Amino acid sequence: MAALQKLPTSNLPDAVLDRRQAVPALIDRPQDFLIVTGLAGAAQELSAMTGNTPNLFAMGGAMGAALMTALGLALAQPKKKVLCVTGDGDLLMSVGGLATIALQNPSNLTVICVDNGHYGETGNQESHTGLGVRLDTIAAGSGFPAVHTINTDTDLEEGRRLLQQDGLRFMLLRVKEGPPLKEKRNLVPHMERENFRKALLG
Amino acid sequence: MTDASNWPDRLYDLLRSANVTQFAYVPDAGHKVLINRSLADPDAHSIPLTTEEEGVALAAGADLGGERAVLLMQSSGVGNCINLLSLIAGCRFPLLTLVSMRGDFGEGNPWQFPMGQATEPVLKAMGAIVLRCDQPEEVIPTVSAAITMVFQSNQAVAVLLGQRLIGAKKF
Repeated sequence: MAALQKLPTSNLPDAVLDRRQAVPALIDRPQDFLIVTGLAGAAQELSAMTGNTPNLFAMGGAMGAALMTALGLALAQPKKKVLCVTGDGDLLMSVGGLATIALQNPSNLTVICVDNGHYGETGNQESHTGLGVRLDTIAAGSGFPAVHTINTDTDLEEGRRLLQQDGLRFMLLRVKEGPPLKEKRNLVPHMERENFRKALLG
Repeated sequence: MTDASNWPDRLYDLLRSANVTQFAYVPDAGHKVLINRSLADPDAHSIPLTTEEEGVALAAGADLGGERAVLLMQSSGVGNCINLLSLIAGCRFPLLTLVSMRGDFGEGNPWQFPMGQATEPVLKAMGAIVLRCDQPEEVIPTVSAAITMVFQSNQAVAVLLGQRLIGAKKF
């Protein structure tokens, strides 16, 4: 039998939020942050939300790189608030980075995982989180001092408030399967770097 | 005359004088002094990694924020970094990495040879420039050259510290 069974840790309620509303509702002031996104859905969504603003560094590949890129940025810019926004697939590829980040404990970094439980870019295969792996529990076990699991509109409102506060945090934003907001992106990688640095560093 | 045998301490001073502030590493005996100095330095970030490719992404993020990073790893770790080196090549990020060699001169553990011998071609295949040190007096001039190539010219440079320099582990 080749079918995969759901793990017994899969005890969260079914996701009800639509990412196209939930991500902009959570990050309602993207201009307040330096933002690094993982590839695919998160990159498309944040590009669409911000019109490719230069305070956004959105990956077009390099799966697994978003988390630690955000750490390097957060350590380099301790007076700015840094957001890492990435999907469950990208984060699953770099879970060790959660432990590395917790040891540094940068008070200006929030990691938001937009968890749809699927690999949306590659044929919508169910991901480990879709089968019950809990990235919020992993973040807590890695030593993140604050972990929030967002399932409802009420949770979203609380998350939006917490984003304005200091302190390292992890937010698991649980969303239904379905497409992200989309906008045609510039996929020339070195322009992403140059635009971001010019806007931040002059 | 300067004693070349204290190159690890002088190497730390060189990196700090070049404004390298983020020291990322998976521990290796060959990097012991750099790791300990970074842990004792209140003006540097000492960043232990769970796997080496974390350090590649970290270096990219440091550059986005205007800081300089160095990735310290053993040659085995180079294999873990391969795909993320596309982030460095594509975006033209500067990357400085110091690689202590295994599977090299005098190696006594056969498990170390496949990655040790592949280290240089793999780095080159991903667009990194490879420099090498086998004698104590080569370290400071070689890393000085690498610092210029990386942070003035936005190149990815790996400096291999050979087992002739750091000694082969005894088995």
